Amino acid sequence: MPVEQIPYRQTGSLVAGNRLLAAELRAGQARPDRADALTCGHRACRGCGEALAARWVVDAALRATANRLIAVNATGCLEVFSTPYPESAWQLPWLHSLFGNAPAVATGVAAALRAQGRTDVRVLGQGGDGGTVDIGFGCLSGMFERNDDVLYVCYDNEAYMNTGVQRSGATPPAARTATTQAVGPEPGNVFGQGKNVPAVAMAHEIPYVATATVADLRDLEYKVTRAMDLRGARYLHVLVPCPLGWGSEAHDTIRLARLATQSGLFPVFEAEHGEVTAVTRIRHHVAVEEYLRRQSRYAHLFRPRERTDVIARIQAQADRNITRYGLLAESAPEEVS
Amino acid sequence: MDTPFAITLGSASSRTNRTGAWRVERPVYRDLFPPCAAACPAGENVREWLHLAQDGDYEAAWREIMSVNPFPAIMGRVCYRPCETACNRGQLDETVGINSVERFLGDEAIRAGWTVSAGEATGRRVLVVGAGPAGLAAAYHLRLLGHDVTIRDSGPEPGGMMRFGIPAYRLPRDVLDAEIRRIVELGVTLELNTRVGDVADIRDAEGFDAVFLAVGAQLSHRTYVPAGDSAHILDALSVLRRTAGGAPPLLGRRVAVYGGGNTAVDVARTARRLGAADALIVYRRTRDRMPAHESEVTEAEEEGVRLRWLSTIAQADEGRVTVERMRLDESGFPQPTGEFDELDADAVVLALGQDSDLGLVSHTPSVATAHGRIVVDGAFMTGLPGVFAGGDAISGDRTVTSAIGHGRRAAQAIDAWLRETAVEASAPVVEAAFEGLNPWYYTDAPRQHRSKLEAARRTSTFDEVVAGLDAATALFEARRCLSCGGCFECDNCYSVCPDNAVIKLGPGRRYEIDLEYCKGCGLCAAECPAGAIAMIPEQRLEPS
Ligand SMILES: Cc1cc2nc3c(=O)[nH]c(=O)nc-3n(C[C@H](O)[C@H](O)[C@H](O)COP(=O)(O)OP(=O)(O)OC[C@H]3O[C@@H](n4cnc5c(N)ncnc54)[C@H](O)[C@@H]3O)c2cc1C
Ligand SMILES: Cc1ncc(C[n+]2csc(CCOP(=O)(O)OP(=O)(O)O)c2C)c(N)n1
Ligand code: SF4
Ligand code: SF4
Ligand code: SF4
Ligand SMILES: [Mg+2]
Repeated sequence: MPVEQIPYRQTGSLVAGNRLLAAELRAGQARPDRADALTCGHRACRGCGEALAARWVVDAALRATANRLIAVNATGCLEVFSTPYPESAWQLPWLHSLFGNAPAVATGVAAALRAQGRTDVRVLGQGGDGGTVDIGFGCLSGMFERNDDVLYVCYDNEAYMNTGVQRSGATPPAARTATTQAVGPEPGNVFGQGKNVPAVAMAHEIPYVATATVADLRDLEYKVTRAMDLRGARYLHVLVPCPLGWGSEAHDTIRLARLATQSGLFPVFEAEHGEVTAVTRIRHHVAVEEYLRRQSRYAHLFRPRERTDVIARIQAQADRNITRYGLLAESAPEEVS
Repeated sequence: MDTPFAITLGSASSRTNRTGAWRVERPVYRDLFPPCAAACPAGENVREWLHLAQDGDYEAAWREIMSVNPFPAIMGRVCYRPCETACNRGQLDETVGINSVERFLGDEAIRAGWTVSAGEATGRRVLVVGAGPAGLAAAYHLRLLGHDVTIRDSGPEPGGMMRFGIPAYRLPRDVLDAEIRRIVELGVTLELNTRVGDVADIRDAEGFDAVFLAVGAQLSHRTYVPAGDSAHILDALSVLRRTAGGAPPLLGRRVAVYGGGNTAVDVARTARRLGAADALIVYRRTRDRMPAHESEVTEAEEEGVRLRWLSTIAQADEGRVTVERMRLDESGFPQPTGEFDELDADAVVLALGQDSDLGLVSHTPSVATAHGRIVVDGAFMTGLPGVFAGGDAISGDRTVTSAIGHGRRAAQAIDAWLRETAVEASAPVVEAAFEGLNPWYYTDAPRQHRSKLEAARRTSTFDEVVAGLDAATALFEARRCLSCGGCFECDNCYSVCPDNAVIKLGPGRRYEIDLEYCKGCGLCAAECPAGAIAMIPEQRLEPS
């Protein structure tokens, strides 16, 4: 496990701070002098997972680069809620161009810095799942195959939230969105479509690919820091629950991310040059139903009658992840092809 | 706008947007009452002292206990641990070993010689009758409050049942002496071998401003057991008292103990140590109905004490007893069956409960008694103004812990009475339920158990049976506490707020909510491990 797992001391390293730990063993977000790169007054919904993850990521990247960082942002909630003219919540140089071109713009910024011989300033690209796995995907793949010196972060809330919750290539099966209504014999998003971009990124054999969630702050900070230690194309895919689009309680954002990982639906791992190097194992294994029940985008799986058949297919996906990545301590990781 | 090159919008200009206006609920830091503290009869704030111990500040932790209970080392040995029964961690894995940490702190204090000092003298004089835990605890708190205290006890040494009841293998005398000495050294006048005859007389004759009666329950409860002339029948308290005084009675090789309480168990274990090859407890109900504490029954069995359920002693003769088998009726009462068995027994020890000797108030009609105990009001005052009572002599649980709690609360009441003020009514408390915690954040930490003395030495000596924890395991055990209902500064709320609306105030000063920006999502409350944040509805302005 790359993150130092500190046992005992009441809460070990499971909480952000823990007064029983030396200051350097606490999470960056526990520090009184953290950057707060995304500051208050932003217009994200109550309990927005994307706003939370963005602060965690950018603060960690700033710390890793001694504040020599430029961010490039795709269109999406993260851009719209942070930067409605004439306001900005960003506390670092930050650029926005289009919905579909953030990886390409980030490549351009990196190229310009290289031309100037400025190796100290680093580049962070970021966008939602729509901007990343769908419309920006060609630019992203190009950035990967050229091995441009950019860390690209996808904040995956599993749909196009900013424009009213339309399906994306990252929307999970059976989920209701504005464009995958809960009607017909197979309600919600269809099974067997969509793409697994962390796996696609690994197929490019870039230096670093990792997944993370808002349920594990220290793991996320570690991965950003690790990525900033490396040069070349790096990709971080962060699961960020969205109360509006998922139909969940604002206070459940972190709990849902936790249930997604503890059920096996969202595997948390890191990979270098196409090989998985570490996985975060499940601590308290739960059935997918516990995760699904708390979100009204899956309400049709429980009302008017329980769709045990559909729930079983989702469970099978989680079980597949568990064997594929070796998420339970007992099972050895299988070769990820 | 004056912005740096290539920056078109002022950074942090979003701060003009006061998102706090969106809120329908607001987070509020709270301090709930942990179940361990709610269950402690002595009134210890367990979570607070565990918190201090977690930092390794054992002296501060000990002083926190001492603010309530002057006997941490004794409590850490003889308390029946209602705090642990209530502890929320039991619902996660195993309860926190609160009592073993308390013992560690108490022993540390004795080793290091930590002391406390008396309060500024008030010139008021209080007489305490009885140097058991109730009387000593009251004297201790009265000295902290600056009152002049005289304790009188009819016995040769202070401690009451802690010395003449509880055997040394559970409470070594050096520990008892050390904790009593610390109280006496606060400037208590201790008059031993002095029986108080009539309370009202003495108070008036000697001009005490107040009196606290803590005479305990010294008389063995009598039951008629038909016995032959040469039957050897003793009562449990005298066996224990004589053993404690160094002159144990001769019991023989086979001893039958009659009764099912802690005293019965202690006397049977004592008999084994005095050389009885066979110590048998005869009890009229079943094991699960035995008033004795489970762990003590187990320890007795480990030492070879035998137990016989559903039996009464019908007749005692030289060398043997006749027992009648009982059965429980529907309401759980034992009923005779008419079936008898004969057992070998050189001595029969009766352990059927204790009564108080209330002679010292029998000439004072204003002091009411009921069921053989002194009647007091909510402030521990008897019917005679200025005369208070507590411990085993009043109704309630008969334990050392409860007696200590009485002593403290009575001392506060006496102090208020002397100052002609009222005791501050304690605010109603809300208990921190396990359901209010977020257990995800607690590490899996197996409980550290105390080791026990090897079996051979447990039947031949009065050496202490249960060992203490060493510093490392005590620290580990303290750190298993979940800090139920109270902030322990884990920084989770500060880290998980998507709106940076939690302000960190620095070590020991906790946090504050920035209501200008808090949208009221409730993530801070949901992710607080200890349940120390509540979400409360915002007040809405009603249209006029
Ligand atoms: C064998 C045994 C084992 C026990 N084990 C435990 C245990 O493990 N844990 C636990 O919590 N509790 C235990 N208890 C109960 C506990 O000891 C008592 O509840 C507690 O000691 C009561 O305290 P007290 O101060 O009210 O009375 P006591 O401890 O009985 O002290 C009363 C004192 O008053 C003195 N006195 C009485 N009358 C007069 C008078 N007229 N003038 C002057 N002095 C007088 C007595 O000499 C005595 O010293 C045990 C009891 C017994 C008998
Ligand atoms: C070319 C183009 N098409 C459509 C849009 C409208 N649009 C803006 S953001 C967005 C969806 C963003 O979804 P995602 O990237 O998942 O980010 P989220 O809002 O979910 O964080 C869309 C469709 C656009 N800005 N440009
Ligand atoms: S719609 Fe979802 S992603 Fe967008 S601001 Fe609201 S919670 Fe965040
Ligand atoms: S976990 Fe700690 S605070 Fe909670 S009940 Fe147990 S000892 Fe008390
Ligand atoms: S997490 Fe932040 S915004 Fe949400 S209720 Fe707490 S302080 Fe308010
Ligand atoms: Mg999205």
